[in-house]
Amino acid sequence: MSLLQIKNLSVEFGSEKNPFRAVEGLDLSVDQGEIVGIVGESGSGKSVTMMAMMGLLEGQGRIVADELTFDGKNLLTISARERRKIVGKDIAMIFQDPMTSLNPSYTVGYQIMEVLKVHQGLRGAELKARALELMELVEIPAAKTRLEAYPHQLSGGMSQRVMIAVALACNPKLLIADEPTTALDVTIQAQIMDLLVNLQKERNMALLMITHDLAVIAEVAHRVAVMYAGQVAEEGTVPQLFRHPVHPYTQALLSSIPEHSKGARRLVTLPGIVPGQYDRPSGCLLSPRCPYVQERCRNERPGITAHEHGAVRCFYPLFEKKEAP
Amino acid sequence: MSQTVLQARDLTRHYEVSQGFMKPKAVVKALNGVSFELQAGKTLAVVGESGCGKSTLARQLTLIEAPTAGSLVLDGVDIASADKAALKALRSKVQMVFQNPYASLNPRQKVGDQLGEPLLINTKLTAQQREDKVKAMMKRVGLRPEHYYRYPHMFSGGQRQRIAIARAMMLQPQIVIADEPTSALDVSIQAQVLNLFMDLQEEFNTAYVFISHNLAVVEHVADDLMVMYLGRAVEVGSKEVIYAKPLHPYTQALLSATPSIYPEDRSIKIKIHGELPSPLNPPSGCAFHKRCPYATDLCGKEVPQLRSLEGREVACHHAETINA
Repeated sequence: MSLLQIKNLSVEFGSEKNPFRAVEGLDLSVDQGEIVGIVGESGSGKSVTMMAMMGLLEGQGRIVADELTFDGKNLLTISARERRKIVGKDIAMIFQDPMTSLNPSYTVGYQIMEVLKVHQGLRGAELKARALELMELVEIPAAKTRLEAYPHQLSGGMSQRVMIAVALACNPKLLIADEPTTALDVTIQAQIMDLLVNLQKERNMALLMITHDLAVIAEVAHRVAVMYAGQVAEEGTVPQLFRHPVHPYTQALLSSIPEHSKGARRLVTLPGIVPGQYDRPSGCLLSPRCPYVQERCRNERPGITAHEHGAVRCFYPLFEKKEAP
Repeated sequence: MSQTVLQARDLTRHYEVSQGFMKPKAVVKALNGVSFELQAGKTLAVVGESGCGKSTLARQLTLIEAPTAGSLVLDGVDIASADKAALKALRSKVQMVFQNPYASLNPRQKVGDQLGEPLLINTKLTAQQREDKVKAMMKRVGLRPEHYYRYPHMFSGGQRQRIAIARAMMLQPQIVIADEPTSALDVSIQAQVLNLFMDLQEEFNTAYVFISHNLAVVEHVADDLMVMYLGRAVEVGSKEVIYAKPLHPYTQALLSATPSIYPEDRSIKIKIHGELPSPLNPPSGCAFHKRCPYATDLCGKEVPQLRSLEGREVACHHAETINA
């Protein structure tokens, strides 16, 4: 059984009468020891999915799902008290901007120790020793003195290391990383990714990476789900999906990366933008932008169908290589 | 034969920072002797991590700040000897596109007014002529005429960056400084904006200084490349030469740290440890030596100067030996 199992998850905001569906019919499973990537442009519902899972949308969004289980526990019906025992302990999360996700009023040592106090009941010397151990685990130099440092005294890379230390404090089974390296420079990004992947392997933890950077996913993940306007457009194993994308959106996304058009003067582009709250088309969500659009795509929404190497949400997936008209 | 529109010689900018009451002021050497030339219709990409002096360079080139030392010749005029009127004329020849289109447009002004402002200040066109020009430029960058009367918050990030580009292009400048123009945009929108940059360059023969940390984007747009580290250029040359065989260990590390989609594009990862040192307290000798895998005693003592090697300029004591 998968560690995390999501089936047909939808998240709605706004009034009951005129709701906005930020996430629609999302299926996702993550196994122990697996790195799964979720890629998509802004507004595609990546972060809302995670927040729904972590229970961070209470009072804001309406969450409906056929199944939303973590480690055998149903996250839909769980009480707030029960959820607090899981979140931060078995499921941990690191956020995009390390500079704003740490509390500026407390030392980093205090922030690491807080988790250990709450979830593991550590006290005194034991607590301090464990915090130091964690700081060393995430390769922070001069860890002992840095325990007393405030977040503003650390660089972006160091702050992200502290965030990782906080997240790993209770040996989580699942680590969710929401754009963990977007705010960092490339050499620091490489260091942080190395650290994350090594820790993941060492602890056989599941890692769910949310990012808009396809290249980062291509380098580290085992499986990837590509999201578009709140739906999973395509899902598959990493080498396969990047080598032979079958959804027109995945194909367009991959070809709009400069790496794809080496030597060419112009980049291949997908015209238009992701549809917003009020201009969602009635048919396939990609239909206004899709170069292969057919009559049926404009009127009907495609469901997600499994194929040999994954799953795709398209009436006319591109199993044979076609040139865009 | 291309024409040189910008020449920078040993451009230097130091900032004084207060260390606290009664303490001596410290000097941050944000830009430490940078030299390059820019040709009309060409793109120079400036690459480096945050804190390396890219944005300080942009501030010098756009005449927002005067350099502490060194000379800057724009369109044949040395800015050190130029008077107020000459500087004003020069400013309309250098325009800038900023990183974050959510912050660089005035939220209280209609798009049409923002685009017309450069014309209002710098030309004697009538209101009608200005409006026509603005609408023509809006069409050129892919905006619709009805957008003239809208406010920036009504646009998506990609559209806002188009507005910012249109504003920079209104006076048909010779040089456009683009400071990370696509890093706030999604991949598919980034491709659209980059294409727009390339098209406008072809049409107006504009020279670009393209500041970026994204090496994949730089490889696409640049003709020449300047890699900076802590206020100095460490490798300068044509894009083809440097991407084919980077000689400076920092350039090598940057290129290998850039993730790629396709395994065949991935080079062996050269890991560099640590982070950019503080410019308040730079290491002695080569600024990179504390992170460099090839550093020797010499690197800690002597600052390497740029020298010609294999068709580009590189500032490394051991460029020959480490690349042998």
